[in-house]
Amino acid sequence: MRMPLSWLAEVTDLPPGARGADVAAGLVSVGLEEEDLHGGDLTGPLVVGRVLDFTPEPQKNGKTIRWCTVDVGQNGQMLTEGKHQEIVCGAHNFEVGDLVVVVLPGAVLPGNFAIAARKTYGHVSNGMICAEDEIGLGHDHEGIIVLERLLGAEKAATLQPGDDAIALLGLAEETVETNVTPDRGYCFSVRGLAREYWHSQGSPAGGYRDPADVATPQANDSGHPIRLDDDTPLDGNVGCDRFVARVVRGIDPTRPSPAWMQKRLTQMGMRPISLAVDVTNYVMLAVGQPLHAYDLAKLDGPIVVRRARAGEALTTLDDVERTLSPEDLLITDSGERPLAIAGVMGGSSSEVDDSTTDVLIEAAHFDPTTVARSSRRHRLVTEASKRFERGVDPQVTAAAAQLAVDLLVEHGGGTADPGVTDVDHTTQRTAYLLDVTEPSRIVGVDYPRERVLSILRDLGCAVAESGEGTDDAHVLVTPPSWRPDLVDAPDYAEEVARIDGYNNIPSITPTPSEGRGLTHGQKARRIVADALAGAGFTEVLSYPFVAAELADQLGFAPDDDRRQAVRVANPLSEERPLLRTMVLSSLVDVLRRNLARGHKDVAISEIGLVFRPGGPLGKAPIPSVASRPDDATLEQLYAAVPDQPRRAAVVASGQIEQAGWWGPGRAADWSDMVAAVQSVAAALAVPVVVANDPDHAPWHPGRCARITLADGTLVGHAGELHPKALAALDLPPRTVAAEFDVDVLTAASEEPVQAREFSSFPPALTDVALLVRSEVAAGEVEAALRRGAGESLESIVLFDVYEGERVEAGHRSLAYRLTFRALDRTLTTDEVNDFRDAAVAAAARATGAVQR
Amino acid sequence: MSGPNTNYDPVEVAALDPAQIDAAVEQALAAAAAAGSLEELKAVRTAHQGEKSALALANREIGALPPSAKAEAGKRVGQARGRVAQAFAARQAELEVERDERILVEERVDVTVPALRRRPGARHPIELTAQRLVDAFVGMGWEVAEGPELESEWLNFDALNLGPDHPARQMQDTFFLDPVDSGLVLRTQTSPVQIRTMLEQEPPIYVVAPGKVFRTDDLDATHTPVFHQIECLAIDKGLTMAHLRGALDAFVRIMFGEETRTRVRANYFPFTEPSMETDFLCFACHGAETWGTPEQCRTCGGSGWIELGGSGMVNRKVLRTCGIDPDIYSGFAFGLGIERALMLRHGVQGMHDMVEGDLRFSQQFGMGA
Ligand SMILES: [Zn+2]
Repeated sequence: MRMPLSWLAEVTDLPPGARGADVAAGLVSVGLEEEDLHGGDLTGPLVVGRVLDFTPEPQKNGKTIRWCTVDVGQNGQMLTEGKHQEIVCGAHNFEVGDLVVVVLPGAVLPGNFAIAARKTYGHVSNGMICAEDEIGLGHDHEGIIVLERLLGAEKAATLQPGDDAIALLGLAEETVETNVTPDRGYCFSVRGLAREYWHSQGSPAGGYRDPADVATPQANDSGHPIRLDDDTPLDGNVGCDRFVARVVRGIDPTRPSPAWMQKRLTQMGMRPISLAVDVTNYVMLAVGQPLHAYDLAKLDGPIVVRRARAGEALTTLDDVERTLSPEDLLITDSGERPLAIAGVMGGSSSEVDDSTTDVLIEAAHFDPTTVARSSRRHRLVTEASKRFERGVDPQVTAAAAQLAVDLLVEHGGGTADPGVTDVDHTTQRTAYLLDVTEPSRIVGVDYPRERVLSILRDLGCAVAESGEGTDDAHVLVTPPSWRPDLVDAPDYAEEVARIDGYNNIPSITPTPSEGRGLTHGQKARRIVADALAGAGFTEVLSYPFVAAELADQLGFAPDDDRRQAVRVANPLSEERPLLRTMVLSSLVDVLRRNLARGHKDVAISEIGLVFRPGGPLGKAPIPSVASRPDDATLEQLYAAVPDQPRRAAVVASGQIEQAGWWGPGRAADWSDMVAAVQSVAAALAVPVVVANDPDHAPWHPGRCARITLADGTLVGHAGELHPKALAALDLPPRTVAAEFDVDVLTAASEEPVQAREFSSFPPALTDVALLVRSEVAAGEVEAALRRGAGESLESIVLFDVYEGERVEAGHRSLAYRLTFRALDRTLTTDEVNDFRDAAVAAAARATGAVQR
Repeated sequence: MSGPNTNYDPVEVAALDPAQIDAAVEQALAAAAAAGSLEELKAVRTAHQGEKSALALANREIGALPPSAKAEAGKRVGQARGRVAQAFAARQAELEVERDERILVEERVDVTVPALRRRPGARHPIELTAQRLVDAFVGMGWEVAEGPELESEWLNFDALNLGPDHPARQMQDTFFLDPVDSGLVLRTQTSPVQIRTMLEQEPPIYVVAPGKVFRTDDLDATHTPVFHQIECLAIDKGLTMAHLRGALDAFVRIMFGEETRTRVRANYFPFTEPSMETDFLCFACHGAETWGTPEQCRTCGGSGWIELGGSGMVNRKVLRTCGIDPDIYSGFAFGLGIERALMLRHGVQGMHDMVEGDLRFSQQFGMGA
């Protein structure tokens, strides 16, 4: 919401010499955030210009500039040379003949930007054609300002090249722009903002002049008939509880709105259109009440406010035909023809046009929820809907209508009808029994009773110190009509703190006494991440959005659970509508991006949630928020949220050990991936078992390890990715990857490690070479050796694998070194040989191994 | 075999002649000194100290002397052999030192050649920043709470006093899921974690909830559809806005230094009432107002203050929804963006580097810069 300082000064007193920044700072101090400052910091010449001609000139940097000739009237600085102003412009959004805003050499633009004739793109540019942001009019920098578009063709037709654009656009004056939070709908008006500024100055007595403080006539029976006919209120709230209608006849349709009003509308970021429309907008900006002007000649009967019927449609002012919902509240002619979606936008059939002489002004109060839903349903956010959604003062209605009537009479030459309609179903707010010590308890500042009461009165609250329930500590507070947000003690506490000054709140460090530090899971996750980084992987984060084709590209079987993915209804990219079911699904994108950037050797990791609905999404309940939902409902709520296990993935391509002066490097291979998972498991002291897995997409069937806990619980998979998947994903051959479940490892590491006793006797080493069929897994042979070797086995190392001429075809030789050590004695050679033989026998039974 | 037995021939007794012994000693000393290497020394040592050396022979002949001469000859030969042995030992030690020094010189390498054969890994700075923020609170006695990223709409909005028609709910560009009436969304904030905590735990509650959140913003310099927040929630008896401010102060001091101060002002958030917005003194320029000057501070943009984030006293409606009696307990909550903290602390210029996963970005931070 914007507010020119000159307008503010009409409503409240500005300290002498106050600048925009001072006003903005005052508003910030009462909680209204500064969005921007416009105007005031610019000196001309800034003039209206007409583009006479331009030549597009492509440049080496790929841009095309326009070499323009612009008529700037008598301000032309090249007239003595017999030329119009010659200017280089980078924008393309204008045509020959357009009226534009030209800043001429000698001018200074906001930000202390001095304009001079300067050489650019091979020409001398005598000034610049301006965009909105360059002159502090707005934020737009998409192109330059075309005045026909900014001000409307009608207004533009009255302009001459050379006219002063500073006055035209109100740029000499400073305008403060404030961000209005949803609870402060009343600040969408000069009335409200000025009131807040007045508070920021200490609410000096008599220092605020309410612009809505105008005399309004009594309602009577001779006004235009209005019927409020809402038969299906939303949540028990009727759609319209107040409707004021006033009629002004005999307006001269050719009369424009006065220049001062047009200037203010422009300063406020709105476009002047016609007297009737400008007046309704101006009054809305002044007092916050959205108004609508109907062409009375286009109405046949009484205005009836009712809900839409199924199948009804309305073409709104923006020329869009809108199918209406039974929840939409309509303004209708005689209950039949829809005229407007209440509080959102009018229809074109009753629009004021250039032959309208009799105008009906609507000033109504609509239910915020009704307007909010219609606005959302029709994707129509208007100045009116913005205000109604946040709450409009239900008592400003008649005054707003009066202000509009007065302006139409004064500037349009019309006469106000004596008939005044005011259907008023609003109810008086009930008083709240406020404990005056409560603000102190909530804020932590000791506010004396009198301080609390004076702040509330300044805010416009009626404070009764007598009446039911009042005593030393309690008063009855009725909030002002424009503050629907003031309901209970915390609301009043905030107001007291805000007006007294938030910076008076002291700082007391809270001291929780029961902190137990990080949970095991939280610590374990850090260990996993650190272990992966320690193993040489660089942690990255990827977006979890993946393509529908990915499941096929990865080679998931038709019944693979990982095909069951959650679909985003409104994805950022239609190409990636699904949520990942594996971390690897999105991590491969990061690998590809790194390779594309010229990194040849990449080893990356990510830990994150995956989304595993296991089928279509269920439906989560939306219980009442009035109290805590019962346990059964909460159970349902939690259960409807799909499973989201935390998983880690690593992927590597290129060399994992680099080539260098020491010799060649080593390409990352499947074993690095198995090692990555093993090193994470080791970091958490969790024993894992590795087995060949010939059938797990997206891995190579001959190079995939299935990694489990000792009890068989699946941890994850590691190895080389399937050549088909790599081709489909456009990744280099031999790319390797692993993915594992962090939650499984976390749970497995929950119990404290129980230390084993060590022997200090000397170790006994013995080697065995076993001949096994090639398809027998080394892991199984080792497991069998361990089982057979007995308790004295300390370690077992596979130190050689041989397959070739020296062994039987279809077989391979596995050479193991077994280290034995007993807790209580030095083992004898015979004992060691017995252990070894038992180990070999176990391997022979389990795998058919034969000692060589 | 005929000819003189040089070993036993009594003629050789003359070897015990003192002059000859002195000469043998001199020869031995000269040979030891002349040996240029341990190998040469070993070779000459046999000639002068070995069993067949002149002094060894002389020593052996002492036994054949008359008893009267034995003592003197023994003493002379013993001294001579002692001098020779000492000379050889000294030379040996000398040559060993020389050899050792030479070996160390010969084994010299250039240690400035590259040594890392395997590139070290690194953590992502967003994760590191989240850890750092979490640790600040854990150090103050808070605990960490977590929740799912795909969350129920009720927990993400309704329970936070963001009813279906609330204007603020429209401001949050939500990713909805298929079917749209599932009542599930990608969470737009970490606040549902606070609701879950309040629903399931008895006060006192002091938790910090870090995590990933989602909004339908396209990636640009200041926006990313997936980003990270950290939110803090305290529910206890007698908590006031002064405690809220105290927690914020403690937090900015830990993150940005002991000198850091805050300033606060009113704001609006549906989840809190009263609500508060906090700025903290810029750690780079220490509050100097540099706006519009050539030295304009890049960290704070010249205002001297940096916006921390929204906060406030937990709305009583929210407490009631979570089954907490607002007449007994009060509480506060505040939140901030982790990307922003990262940008501030490490001078990261835009969102792109944080989300694209370029190796070079994470690697700057090692395991916890
Ligand atoms: Zn600074």
